[in-house]
Amino acid sequence: MNTTCTVPDRLTDKVELAHGGGGSMTAALIKNVFAPRFGNRLLDRGLDSSVLPEPDCRLAFSTDTFVVNPLFFPGGNIGDLAINGTVNDILCSGATPRYLSVGFVIEEGLDMKVLEEIADTMARAAKEAEVEIVTGDTKVVERGKADGVYINTSGIGYLPPDLNLDPNNLRAGDKIIITGSIARHGMAVMSKREGIGFSSPIVSDTASLGDIVHALLDVCPQSLRVLRDPTRGGVASTLNEFSIAAGVNITIDENSIPILPEVRSACELLGLDPLHVANEGIMIAGVAAEDADAALAAIRRSVHGADAAIIGEVTMADSHGAGVWLTLPAGNRRRVEMLSGEQLPRIC
Amino acid sequence: MSTSPDINICDAAIYRDGGILRGLLDRIASVATRPWRIMEVCGGQTFTLSRYRIEELLPPGIEMVHGPGCPVCVTPAHIIDEAVEIAMRPDVILCSFGDMLRVPGSKSSLLRAKAAGADVRILYSPLDSLKIAADNPDRQVVFFAIGFETTTPSYALLAQKTVQAGIANLSLLTSLFTVPAAVEAIKNDSECAVDALLAAGHVCAITGTGQYESLARRFNMPVIITGFEPADMLLGILNAVEMLEAGTSGVRNAYARVVADAGNVTAIRRVAEVFEHCPNEWRGIGTICNGGMKLRKEYEHLDAHARFNLKTDAVRHTIEHEGCIAGKIMKGLAKPCDCKLFACRCTPASPEGAPMVSAEGVCAAYYRYRL
Repeated sequence: MNTTCTVPDRLTDKVELAHGGGGSMTAALIKNVFAPRFGNRLLDRGLDSSVLPEPDCRLAFSTDTFVVNPLFFPGGNIGDLAINGTVNDILCSGATPRYLSVGFVIEEGLDMKVLEEIADTMARAAKEAEVEIVTGDTKVVERGKADGVYINTSGIGYLPPDLNLDPNNLRAGDKIIITGSIARHGMAVMSKREGIGFSSPIVSDTASLGDIVHALLDVCPQSLRVLRDPTRGGVASTLNEFSIAAGVNITIDENSIPILPEVRSACELLGLDPLHVANEGIMIAGVAAEDADAALAAIRRSVHGADAAIIGEVTMADSHGAGVWLTLPAGNRRRVEMLSGEQLPRIC
Repeated sequence: MSTSPDINICDAAIYRDGGILRGLLDRIASVATRPWRIMEVCGGQTFTLSRYRIEELLPPGIEMVHGPGCPVCVTPAHIIDEAVEIAMRPDVILCSFGDMLRVPGSKSSLLRAKAAGADVRILYSPLDSLKIAADNPDRQVVFFAIGFETTTPSYALLAQKTVQAGIANLSLLTSLFTVPAAVEAIKNDSECAVDALLAAGHVCAITGTGQYESLARRFNMPVIITGFEPADMLLGILNAVEMLEAGTSGVRNAYARVVADAGNVTAIRRVAEVFEHCPNEWRGIGTICNGGMKLRKEYEHLDAHARFNLKTDAVRHTIEHEGCIAGKIMKGLAKPCDCKLFACRCTPASPEGAPMVSAEGVCAAYYRYRL
C-alpha cells in the first residue's frame, strides 16, 4: 500500500470503481481508511513488498478467504473473521502468528462507513492477536459482481523447534478436548441472515485463540498431538479428518459436548446437527491421556477457554473401519458423518 | 468424562437423560412377552428413533413401523409444479417455508426456479407475508401453504387477516393434510399389520384426542398420544406394550405436558371457519377420502389455484422412479433398506422418492443416522 503520495483528504460516501483503479482515488482510500488503522513500521514504508527480518526458526504459512453474508452478525463482522481465521490457522501448527497480508475485493457502491467499520475491527483484532498487517491490496468490482466485500488474508508465524502437530500423531487412549461451546458462529450468522428473532440472541464465538494455544504449549508441549479449529463442516468434519488421517476411531460422548441451550434450540428449530455447524473461536485438541486433565485446566484458565471439556477419546479402529462415533444418552452409539449435501451458504 | 454442567443443561435434558431412558427400556423389556408391531405416525418421531437409535435398544420382538411421515414428503409433485409455475411469473412473490424449496416436482423445484430468477422468499411465519403484500402493492404475493393440522391454524389466521385488512394481492396455494384420515387409510390396507399406533403429539395439541378415540374403537387397538423426545418415545412405546399385553384398546395420553383432551379450541374454531375437509392426494400413498382441507366458499377468492387459472394436468406426473418403493415404506409395509435405490441412486441431495425429500422423511432419517 502506498501511503505517502499527495492525495485528496476527503472520501466519497460510497466506494467507487476508481477506488480500485490504482490512481489518486486508491491512494485516498489507503491514506484515509487503511493506513491510519493498520499502520506500522513495515506497512508505512509503502513498498510493493514488505521486507521481513530474517527469522531463526521454521515458518508456518496460511491463507484464507472470507465471503460471509451478512457482513455484520451478532458478535462480529467479516473483519473479525478475516483476522482471527488466519491467525487461528497459523496457531493450529503451534506457531506464533507474526505478519499478515490483507486483500480486499469490494463491490462498487459499498458504504464507506461500512468499510471503515470493518477496517476498525480488523485493526483491533490484529492488535489483540499481536500480528502486524504488512502488505495489502484493494480491488473494486462492478455493482452486482460481489456481495459487499470479500477479504483474503495470508499470514506467517514462527514455529518453535521440535513441534510437529499433526493428526497422524493420534494414538489409542489419547483424549479429545474441545476448548469452548459449539455451533455459535454458524447459528449467529444463520439467525441474522434468516431474520429469526430468538429471544436470547446467539452471538458468534469469533476470536483469536493465542491464549489457549500458548497455555497448552506451556503445560504439555510433548503430549499435545494435534490442534485444529472446526470451522466450516463443524466438529464432525474435523474429527473425521483426524480419524481418517490417523486410521483410528474417535468416540465422543454426546452429554459431554458443551453447547449453549439457545444454540441447541436454534439448531433443532432449523433441523441442523450442531456437530455440523461452523465455529470461529474454538479448537479441538488431541492430548495424551496422562496430561489431559492438566491441559483441560490450563485451557479453562485462558480467556476463551472457560467452557472447555474433554469430549471423548481415541480408540483403535475396529471391524467397521476408522470413524467417529457418538455415544448416545442410553449408552448405545451412532456414527458421526462428515457434513454431506449442501453446506449452509457462506458462513465465513 | 468431564462435562461443563453450567452450560450443558437445557429444559429438554431430562427427556434425554441416560438413566431415565434406561429405566423406561427396562420397564418395556419386563412388560413385553410377545412380538408387537407399533407404528409411529409422524416423521419427527421417526427422526428421534433414528437419531437416538432407539429401535436397537428395544426388546427383540418389538418392531417399529414408520408411518406416513411429514407434510413436505407427502405433498404431491403436481402441487410443486404449480408452485413453480406461479413463482416463475414476473409479477409474483412466492413465499414458502424453507424445506419446501428443495422438493422436486415433475420437472423442477422452487430452488431451481429461484436460481432461474423467480422471486421466492423463505419465511418462518405465514403472517410475515402480510407485510410483503402491503410493501409490494403492484405484485401478487402467494403463500405456499403446506401442512398437517399443526400448521393449518396459522394459514387460517393468515386468510382471516388478509380479508380483514382488505389485502387484494395475497393468496394461498394450499396442500393441507389431515393425519387421522391417512392413518385410517393405512390401517384399512389389508397388508398392513400394525398392532398399536403412536399418534403425533403436536397434531393432537391442536385437534385434541377425540378423533383418535373413534379410530381406536373402530380398529380395536391402542393409540398412544406421544411426544418427540427420546423419553417421550419410550413412554409411548411402554404404554402401547402395556395395553397390548393386557388386551385393551383405546387412547392413552403419554404427552400430557403438551396435549389437552380438548385441543386448542381457538385454533380448531379458526380452522373450521376458513377450511373444510376434502379428498386429497398424498404423495406415495394416493388419494385419501377426507385426507385434506381446502378453503371454504367465503375464502375461495384467496385460492391461488383459481386466481392464476392453473390447469391441473389430467395425467398427473410423478417423480418416483419405477424402482422406488416409497408407497410401501410410507404405509409401513417396507423399510428404506428394502429399496434397491436407497443410498445409491436416491440420497437427500438427489431424492428419487418422497420419504428422502425432507429431513423428517423415513428414508432421509435412515440415510442420516443409520448408514
